[in-house]
Amino acid sequence: MPAEHRPRREVVTGIPRRAGRPPGDRPARSEIAERTPLGDVYVRSLMRSQLRAGLSALGLLLLLVGTLPLLFASPTAGSVPARGPVLWAVLGVAVHPVIWLVARRYVRRAERNERDFTGLVEGR
Amino acid sequence: MNQTYAVTAVALVVVATVLIGALGLRVSRTTSDFYVASRTVGPGLNAAAISGEYLSAASFLGIAGLLFLQGPDMLWYPVGYTAGFLVLLALVAAPLRRSGAYTLPDFAEARLESPAVRRLAALFVVGIGWLYLLPQLQGAGLTLEILTGAPGWLGGVVVALVVTGVVAAGGMRSITFVQAFQYWLKLTALLVPALFLLAAWFGDDTPRAGFDATAVLRQHTVVRIDDTVRVDLDEPLTVGVTGSVDGARHGGEQLTLDKGTHRIAAGTELSFAPGTEVPRRVSTGPEPVRSSPFTEDGGQAHRLYATYGLIMATFLGTMGLPHVAVRFYTSPDGRAARRTTLVVLALVAAFYLLPPVYGALSRVYAPELALTGAADAAVLVLPERVIGGVTGDLLGALLAGGAFAAFLSTASGLTTSVAGVLSQDVLPSAGVRSFRLAAAIAMAVPCAVSVTASHVPVADAVALPFAVAASSFCPLLVLGIWWRRLTPPGAAAGLLAGGGSALVAVLVSRSGIAPGGWGGVLLAWPAVWSVPLGFLTMVLVSLATPRHVPAGAAAVLARLHLPEDMIGLPRPGPVPGPGAGGGAARQPDPAGRP
Repeated sequence: MPAEHRPRREVVTGIPRRAGRPPGDRPARSEIAERTPLGDVYVRSLMRSQLRAGLSALGLLLLLVGTLPLLFASPTAGSVPARGPVLWAVLGVAVHPVIWLVARRYVRRAERNERDFTGLVEGR
Repeated sequence: MNQTYAVTAVALVVVATVLIGALGLRVSRTTSDFYVASRTVGPGLNAAAISGEYLSAASFLGIAGLLFLQGPDMLWYPVGYTAGFLVLLALVAAPLRRSGAYTLPDFAEARLESPAVRRLAALFVVGIGWLYLLPQLQGAGLTLEILTGAPGWLGGVVVALVVTGVVAAGGMRSITFVQAFQYWLKLTALLVPALFLLAAWFGDDTPRAGFDATAVLRQHTVVRIDDTVRVDLDEPLTVGVTGSVDGARHGGEQLTLDKGTHRIAAGTELSFAPGTEVPRRVSTGPEPVRSSPFTEDGGQAHRLYATYGLIMATFLGTMGLPHVAVRFYTSPDGRAARRTTLVVLALVAAFYLLPPVYGALSRVYAPELALTGAADAAVLVLPERVIGGVTGDLLGALLAGGAFAAFLSTASGLTTSVAGVLSQDVLPSAGVRSFRLAAAIAMAVPCAVSVTASHVPVADAVALPFAVAASSFCPLLVLGIWWRRLTPPGAAAGLLAGGGSALVAVLVSRSGIAPGGWGGVLLAWPAVWSVPLGFLTMVLVSLATPRHVPAGAAAVLARLHLPEDMIGLPRPGPVPGPGAGGGAARQPDPAGRP
């Protein structure tokens, strides 16, 4: 839940002349390190993409696992003769690989986000 | 059960724990090693250590016991314990590592720059840790009692002494090795007997036992009642009685009990003929059995609510357990923390395939445990009951050793984190010596309570600290990591409203003064309302106190989310951001305490 931008006091210093870079060509890395408004935009974009990845993993968990109690409690499920064995099979075994796959999907996405971000910042 | 084998197995586990702890002590040379294993623990070892620490008595004995008593709905416990790591992974794992926080109070102070919130968080760590230690010690007492007939408090005291010794002597480095070893020990101890039991079950033409109907005894069984119980009979029951039923003495003759409630005094032996239905237990002695909404007649709505209460508590509570949070600090960086969590999920899930096997088989082979109230012992007695002979004794000894590994590992993890908080935030002087004193205090309190307090099912008791953690630290971590406008007053108010109300609810429900019906159900499973309450309070109070947003919030958030190589500082170690001021995570370096 990133908030809207709030202006903050900044310490203003000159660009070191020795660097020999024309103004406006500062690498994004130092924008981030010095927490300029532009650097802040970079950080916020990374946070947003990571939050989206995390929330989509939680959404999947809610959808695939969190709805099961409702499903099992529904009147139609009660009349199924094999309710017991189905419960054992689903909750005892099937749920675990599902959770792991959701987790692996999240880890891959989060690492891709970080790679993309590093690529963006380093101009590659 | 053959005592010699079992006692040997338990002794071996204890000795191995102490030896590996001592080995780690020789490896840990610096103060940094002592506390956090110098943050060089790789994902494989660290994941085994996290899993070893996480899989407690509740997992090893408690889940099978609850499944046995109450049927497959209890499978939500292992599912929740696993899914909790997915939620932790998706919301907090990497940022928590990058925060450089060693404990949850460290995180609170680093993020909010407020010593007051730090102290409040420390209180909750100690409270949750003690609530969680208690069932571990009681489980140890029960196990030793069943194995050897020793008094119920002895097992808890043995575990307390060993754990305090190992923690005080070795610190985190040796703990990492001990925990990793204990994961594999626990898995083996549960897997090997399970394979034998399944083979015996197939050889026995796969008999089944329904969970809806009353359990039926398969053979002539003599049950000794250790605590006075009341049983409820739906139809008349003929049973041989030696002892006292309904106040009348009997000397071994057959007695037909009428339909209705009967009181069986402690020390009575009941002898059931094959095919008899096991009577339903109503209550133990003077204290009423905690009304579990899962079995109560409140019907479908109560059941559904309790299931979601369990889901909320376990899914969201895992991230707030003090001994879990500490472990992430030992990963080298945020990316490794994520990968470690992925391995943890696999290890924990593999383990949780096994307790249901024991739960289901004990319903078939040991239904009378429901009457004695020692359902947590189902795992331990099954090999003797199903296989018997020397093989049964050896498998039973293996299970006993595994159970002790479970008590030792979780208890040492909890003691380490509670002692870390005590020595940094409560005791007057920091340092390794103070840490050792803190370890003794951290264990002494729950140990004293476990000797005096009444016994409750282990898995049930563990659900309480989960509910408190979910209502206090889950909002703090999630909002602290993802929301810039969190303020110290908001965090403190949220901790108190969410965590405080959950704590009060579980204590009221545990003390037996809770009302019946919906009121009791709401108090017994508080997470459904207390977690939203915690979040809401934190957000609203933070919005009302916008001037208290910490000056370094943006810098801290950047540090939490940027990959380590983006910050341009050495990878290992917490990075005190230039704007973070005094809010930088306090290094657990005894010499560096201001």
